[in-house]
Amino acid sequence: MSVPLTLLGLLERGPSHGYDLKRDYDAYFGQGRPLRYSQVYATLSRLARDGKAVAGPVEQGAGPERRRYIITDEGVADVEKWLAEPAPPEPDLQSELFAKVVLALILGKHAGNYLDVQRAAHLQRMRELTEFKRQGGTLDVLLADHALYRLEADLRWIDHTAARLDMIARTVQGQS
Amino acid sequence: MTGDHNAAGHRAPEHRAPRLSVTGHGHGASGRFIEAVDLSLSFGSTPALRGASLGVAKGEIVAVMGPSGSGKSTLLHCLAGILVPSAGEVHFNGMRLDRLSDDKRSALRRGRFGFVFQSGQLVPELTAEENVALPLLLSGMRRGPAMAAARTWFPTLGLDGLESRRSGELSGGQAQRVALARSLVAEPEVLFADEPTGALDSMSGELVMNLLVGAAREQGTTVVLVTHDARVAAYADREVVVRDGTVGTLTGAKP
Repeated sequence: MSVPLTLLGLLERGPSHGYDLKRDYDAYFGQGRPLRYSQVYATLSRLARDGKAVAGPVEQGAGPERRRYIITDEGVADVEKWLAEPAPPEPDLQSELFAKVVLALILGKHAGNYLDVQRAAHLQRMRELTEFKRQGGTLDVLLADHALYRLEADLRWIDHTAARLDMIARTVQGQS
Repeated sequence: MTGDHNAAGHRAPEHRAPRLSVTGHGHGASGRFIEAVDLSLSFGSTPALRGASLGVAKGEIVAVMGPSGSGKSTLLHCLAGILVPSAGEVHFNGMRLDRLSDDKRSALRRGRFGFVFQSGQLVPELTAEENVALPLLLSGMRRGPAMAAARTWFPTLGLDGLESRRSGELSGGQAQRVALARSLVAEPEVLFADEPTGALDSMSGELVMNLLVGAAREQGTTVVLVTHDARVAAYADREVVVRDGTVGTLTGAKP
């Protein structure tokens, strides 16, 4: 996920201080990974340098805020373009799951045991996310659903692989 | 759960009455509320269960997963006393369920168990509220109190205003929520759910599972949930996998 474009998008709502942008970013997108202040201010400085935003005058007063940032037309255009672009649909063609199964088979080990352990770990995570959904608000549900559908896809692959492990083992061992 | 025992030993539940401690002979030797030990059962020459064992604690929600034809529904039917295994033991609250007569198992199912299946469970000639009241009426409760108890479930399950509809006038998700209310109205000690969301779209299925789990936890109901869907299984406290008629565990814990 692009932190600069996300911050720029939040800035499109109206002029904001870095503090407010960090707070909103963490609330919507942080989920255990809050931005550091240094990252926020460094990003805003780069956006200003690149003409995507302009920094207002330094403000007097208490607190950490010094200046507001305002998005430029170029920044608005970048956000619009980014929102319309598809994200890469398959970023990890070779996953750790795939590598472990194939390596286990190359070494003549029982990959089924690994798949069982992995299935249990996936289901445990799905239970946690389901409980998170049951306790959470609308955006929590949206976020958890995204993770749940991805985990479910992995599980289907795990079950599909487990069901034809013997055939895959013969193929892998025939190649090595 | 309370229950006045009538002459036949059936219980006539009073809706929302305080739950008394469960009567019986205590839990099984293992302390499990429900316990299947080494079950075998064949349909003709086809084995469905081959030494399947499963223990479920009181109040626990357990998902039974497995591929089609693995024996998971057969296992549920044995645990619920619908089928009797050809070998092995089924204990419920200290009782040998598999040794009970057909009548006694039937009484147990009516009085202490609830069931929800994939679809097609409602009696089409009855209204939604009559369908929900059915277990209470069958257990001997008078019509007035039974219908009143049934109606209390409609707002809980988001079914307000649908009380007088017949099953043909309900969507799949609405009908399944009515079926869920019917399975829980008598406050069963155990709810057996066999693919309860199997015929529903993901949104309706999620709603049904949230309601099922919420109501079961509120009532302290033990749930055995058969599903092939990992998203449904994720509502359970734990899951076991049935493969080729035997029960494995995903977590290394005792099945």
